[in-house]
Amino acid sequence: MTNNINDRLMHELSIAISIVDSVINQAEIASADSVSEVELDIGILSGIEYESLEFALGVASKATILEKTLFRINRVEAVAECPACQHLYTPEGMFSHCPECNKQGVRIIRGGELQIKSLLVE
Amino acid sequence: MCEICGCGNGASPVRITRPGEQENHHDHDHPHSHDYPHSHGHHHDHTGDHSHDTSRQRLLRVEEDILGRNNLLASRNSGYFEAKGVVALNLMSSPGSGKTTLLEKTIIALEGKRPVVVIEGDQQTMNDADRIQRAGAPVVQVNTGNGCHLDADMIRQAVDKLDLQEDSLLFIENVGNLVCPSLFELGERNRIVIISVTEGEDKPLKYPTMFEHADTCIINKTDLLPYVNFDPELVKKYALSVNPHLHIMELSAQTGDGMEQWIGWLLDQKS
Repeated sequence: MTNNINDRLMHELSIAISIVDSVINQAEIASADSVSEVELDIGILSGIEYESLEFALGVASKATILEKTLFRINRVEAVAECPACQHLYTPEGMFSHCPECNKQGVRIIRGGELQIKSLLVE
Repeated sequence: MCEICGCGNGASPVRITRPGEQENHHDHDHPHSHDYPHSHGHHHDHTGDHSHDTSRQRLLRVEEDILGRNNLLASRNSGYFEAKGVVALNLMSSPGSGKTTLLEKTIIALEGKRPVVVIEGDQQTMNDADRIQRAGAPVVQVNTGNGCHLDADMIRQAVDKLDLQEDSLLFIENVGNLVCPSLFELGERNRIVIISVTEGEDKPLKYPTMFEHADTCIINKTDLLPYVNFDPELVKKYALSVNPHLHIMELSAQTGDGMEQWIGWLLDQKS
C-alpha cells in the first residue's frame, strides 16, 4: 500500500466505504454470518475508475466481515436515447450524433449506474 | 491511527471549524459519518443460537443505490434549507478559478440586501474561511484532510455551527476539483461551476460530468481576456453541448465587470 492511498483513490475510497457499510448492514438485516460475494453494477459513465474502485474495496473491507468477500463488478455500457427521434444507441461520448436522424444531443439512459445488485450470503 | 475506520493511516481527519474556534482533535466529525448505527470493522460474533449451516448460501437481491445514503442526507439538508427559507448554492471548480475572490466580492455586494453564510471546503488550512470572515460573512471551514469533495453529512455538521437566518444565501465552496464533487449531492438548490479564462476552453469536454450536472456556469477573470488565448464563445458552445440548459454568466470578480448580472441573479433566487 502506498503512503498516499487517498491521492490515488480520490472519491473511489468514499464510494468503497459506502459499499462496505451498506453490505454489512444488509448482511446483518438478513442475519447472515458471512458474505462470500457482492455483485455491483457500475456504469462506465458513473465517474468511477474501475481499477481504483477494486483497490479501494480491498482497503475499505480490511478488518471487516468482508475482508475475504469477492466483489464482482459488472461494467454497464452506456445507452443513449435521441431526444428528437427516441432512437436508442450506444453513444461514443456526450457529444454523439444520433445514427438515425443525425441530431446532436444525448440523453443517457444507462451507464450511470452505481448500484449494489446482490449479495451471496451464508 | 483511528481505531474505528483507520483514517489516520496516511489520511487526515475531517475538521469542521469556525474561525477563532479551538481546533479539536479528531472527534469523528467524518466524511463517511459514523454517527449512525453501522458496524465498521466488527467481527460478527456467534453468540446467537442460530444454526451454522455453511452449505446454505442465499442470494440477496438488494439493488441498493451506492450513493443512497448521501442522497438521503442531501434530501434532508434540502428539506431543512427549504423550511428555513435558505437557498444553498454549491460552487465547484478547479483550484485557482477564483471562487473565494468571487465570494468575497459577492458578500460585499450583498451587504444590507440579503444575509449570506458560507461553508468553505478545502483539504487543509483555515485560509479561505479567514478571508470570508474578513469580507463580513459567518463562515465554517470544513477541512476534508485528503478527501477530494464535500458530502451531505459534512454540510449537515457544518450547518449545525451556523445560525441560519430566514432568506439567507448559503454558499458552499466545494473542494477545488472538477471530478469528484459532481457525484455528491449536498442538498443544494443550484450547482454552479466556475471556469476562469486562464484555463482551457475544452474543460467542459474534458470534465463533462461536472458540466452536465451543473445548473449555472460562471466564466471568471474576463479582465484577463486580452492577455490569454481563450475564446468565451467556444467554451460556451462546448458547455452547452454537454448541457443545453446551462445558464452561463461572464464576469470578472477582480474588476467587478459583469458582477451586477450575478448579484441580480442571486437576489432573484427564492427558497
